[in-house]
Amino acid sequence: MATTADNFQAHTDGHAHDADHKPGFFARWFMSTNHKDIGTLYLIFAIFAGIIGGAISGIMRMELAEPGIQYLQWWAEFMGGTADFDTSLHMWNVFITAHGLIMVFFMVMPAMIGGFGNWFVPLMIGAPDMAFPRMNNISFWLTVAGFLSLMFSLFVPGGTGPGAGVGWTVYAPLSTSGSTGPAVDFAIFSLHLAGAGSILGATNFITTIFNMRAPGMTLHKMPLFVWSVLVTAFLLLLALPVLAAAITMLITDRNFGTTFFDPAGGGDPVLYQHLFWFFGHPEVYIMILPGFGMVSQIVATFSRKPVFGYLGMAYAMVAIGVVGFIVWAHHMYTVGLDVNTKMYFTAATMVIAVPTGVKIFSWIATMWGGSIEFKSPMVWALGFIFLFTVGGVTGVYLANGGVDDVVHDTYFVVAHFHYVLSMGAVFSMFAGFYYWFPKMSGKMHSELLSHIHFWLFFIGVNVIFFPQHFLGLQGMPRRYPDYAEAYTYWNEISSLGYHIMAFSMVFFFINIIYAFVAGKKAEDNYWGEGATTLEWSLSSPPPFHQFSELPVIEDHHDHHDHIGDGKPATA
Amino acid sequence: MQTLGIHRIVTSLAMAFSLIVGSSAAMAQSTLDEGDLVGPVPAATPAEVLENVDPAQAADVADPEAVAAGSGAYTPMAPTEGKGMPIPGGFDIQDQYSETGEYAYGLHIGLFWVMVAISLFVLVLMLYVVIRFRKSANPVPSKTSHNTLIEVVWTVVPALILLAIAVPSITLIAKQYETPPKDAITIKAIGYQWYWGYAYPDNGDFEIISNMLTNEEARESGEPYQLAVDNRMVVPVGVPIRLQVTGADVIHSFAVPSLWFKMDAVPGRLNEKIFQVDEPGVYYGQCSELCGARHGYMPIAVEALPMDQYNAWVLAQGGTIAGADEAGVEADPSLPPVQDPESSAPGAPGAGAPPVENPAA
Repeated sequence: MATTADNFQAHTDGHAHDADHKPGFFARWFMSTNHKDIGTLYLIFAIFAGIIGGAISGIMRMELAEPGIQYLQWWAEFMGGTADFDTSLHMWNVFITAHGLIMVFFMVMPAMIGGFGNWFVPLMIGAPDMAFPRMNNISFWLTVAGFLSLMFSLFVPGGTGPGAGVGWTVYAPLSTSGSTGPAVDFAIFSLHLAGAGSILGATNFITTIFNMRAPGMTLHKMPLFVWSVLVTAFLLLLALPVLAAAITMLITDRNFGTTFFDPAGGGDPVLYQHLFWFFGHPEVYIMILPGFGMVSQIVATFSRKPVFGYLGMAYAMVAIGVVGFIVWAHHMYTVGLDVNTKMYFTAATMVIAVPTGVKIFSWIATMWGGSIEFKSPMVWALGFIFLFTVGGVTGVYLANGGVDDVVHDTYFVVAHFHYVLSMGAVFSMFAGFYYWFPKMSGKMHSELLSHIHFWLFFIGVNVIFFPQHFLGLQGMPRRYPDYAEAYTYWNEISSLGYHIMAFSMVFFFINIIYAFVAGKKAEDNYWGEGATTLEWSLSSPPPFHQFSELPVIEDHHDHHDHIGDGKPATA
Repeated sequence: MQTLGIHRIVTSLAMAFSLIVGSSAAMAQSTLDEGDLVGPVPAATPAEVLENVDPAQAADVADPEAVAAGSGAYTPMAPTEGKGMPIPGGFDIQDQYSETGEYAYGLHIGLFWVMVAISLFVLVLMLYVVIRFRKSANPVPSKTSHNTLIEVVWTVVPALILLAIAVPSITLIAKQYETPPKDAITIKAIGYQWYWGYAYPDNGDFEIISNMLTNEEARESGEPYQLAVDNRMVVPVGVPIRLQVTGADVIHSFAVPSLWFKMDAVPGRLNEKIFQVDEPGVYYGQCSELCGARHGYMPIAVEALPMDQYNAWVLAQGGTIAGADEAGVEADPSLPPVQDPESSAPGAPGAGAPPVENPAA
């Protein structure tokens, strides 16, 4: 993938801007302090991690296509274990763990915050770069190191077999006394590294957004994508240290004889869950908020209208962020919470539906009265709005602590969070990708291929995940490699959907290749008059260093229109 | 939902309606239910069973034939197809066989319709917008970006819907957390890697060990693959049970979908919850918290029996009958001690390894 980055940079040379003194290959890509290059690195990394995480889900869907254990023995041997029954089953747990950790920490987060955030926050606020360019670089390489540590964990002993088979939640005592061998230590270390990278990245974004906005760009004139990254950065900053503390206690419980989570020494396994979900719930908003921001930009652009209820949209995200910190125990409804706690978390969790509803309705109202063009980013954004609504209503269902007792830890939950992530977050990322890819690369992608990609992907993920609601309601627990015969029907269909989804990705990759090989040169503002934020005032791709003369946001510019009156910002 | 009765549809629709309009129907129903919940208590134990609890017979429990002479011997009940187990191709929650389960099912159907209504509402709005305001139909976009009234409406109306959901939802939690009556029978479910142990402290504190049957064994006994076990957790039907759940090694979760019951088995904690089955039958469940390699291979089977048959089963297991103490009958010191929990013996039977001592301890 590094060569593709080269390709679109080669194009930039043609511009011969004075500021375009690019360093040599190694210095440029391995010691980068340029927010656009680091953003590109993050995106390439996220695509790479997504291929691995997606391939693992393919293994899982293959195994689940019929009852019984078909393929896990082979994988147990392949990963360096023996093909006995327990090791095979352990491999299943390793796969679900790796799939979850990769998709959360090494695909969605790097793509949304590291990739799109790095690329477009400075461009949208009119800043030459991030506030701390060197810290930006270490954030990225810490993430890579974290990924390597996780990959390494797959090939060292983890108890019943190679790899860490503890789930992405790493619950004690399964992750402490329940898993001997270094695999879980490497997995935990991976989270430490990725978490440290994210904390540094979060401080960088907060500082950048607070200090480096162009003259005249007040907080209430910032594009909603910048708002979303700002809220996300605060969530990261406040949530990740709690995760770091929790997993550090796991490490010391495992290796140094402490008993934070061991009742034999006065500890409590449920303490770990409280700490984990105090991080874990904000984490799910970390994964979706930048998507909210991107969808807001895209819907406004292709409706050729300003976002409806801008302040409501911005503060809905703030509200989601704040309330997101006080609902964590809805992930723990069955651990034995007392009755008042359970009632509180039920009520608090349902409150989140209100600001989320405000966002859904505001997007629709933005389109209302607009002049809508169905370009590739817009169809993905429309898919996002509907599928996120479906995932959202099942979230309201699950919020009810008493109802949750029957579906907790079943495939219903799996269906729910894949509707908000695998369709919510991922659809918004594809929307953002098609929206900005020509801006980043300087080459137009094929609209036809991206529409085919959309429709196949849309059908595929729905065929995968909608039947999982039924499986969960019928009682099929999650994290099971095998199941009762009654669950066969919907599992077969779900596995069928995976093939459709995987086939659709072919069009995504062909499209990227097509763009670099035969794509038309992208104009500065290839989406036309609906695109009004500052990145559209720059060339595609933007120069290596932009805004050497800062753009000025005049008083008559609102949150929507940052270019206007024929006076594009200087590059 | 193949076996959905008309009455259930009607109840569900009523519940959905009550949810949407936030009426007090749900509350009224819950008041009724609370009366029933306490229901028949172990005092109803048939006298003839108690009579059978003479020392000679209790000492003779190793021979099941001896018990058979009483009110009814124990033979494992054959499961009813589609009851207490998933249905092939099924797409709704399993039929419920407990008081709270029935109430919760009504709430589930109510929430289902709310979810469908909201999703369809958003879909219809989106379809209207993309057709009516597509570029070719509406070349000049409006510049509207604010409307305070509509913003207030779409904040307040969802909040009211949530409030309407919250009332029956909180009621359900209250019902699920009702304290079992003082004389309720206590049963303790203990999760091990990777099988369940069921202890009966009120019946002489014996513990039975429950392992999954292999595929072949399950087929032979006519039970569903992956759900059938060798020794079921036997409970008396129609009376509230104090179910305690704990874990011996890592966290497990005791779950029975057709009874709307799920409780984590956490080491170092004793979770307790009221548990009641309204109809005799076999109800299957599966461990619902990731607990290691054989997480998917430690199913749960609950067999609910009338009280006299339950007592016969208890005696067959070497236990004692709870009512005996109340009647002033002291345990005979000459009796052999109640069997140790099997799982405490090294190499106890189990699909997996014997219970592992916590190496960190």
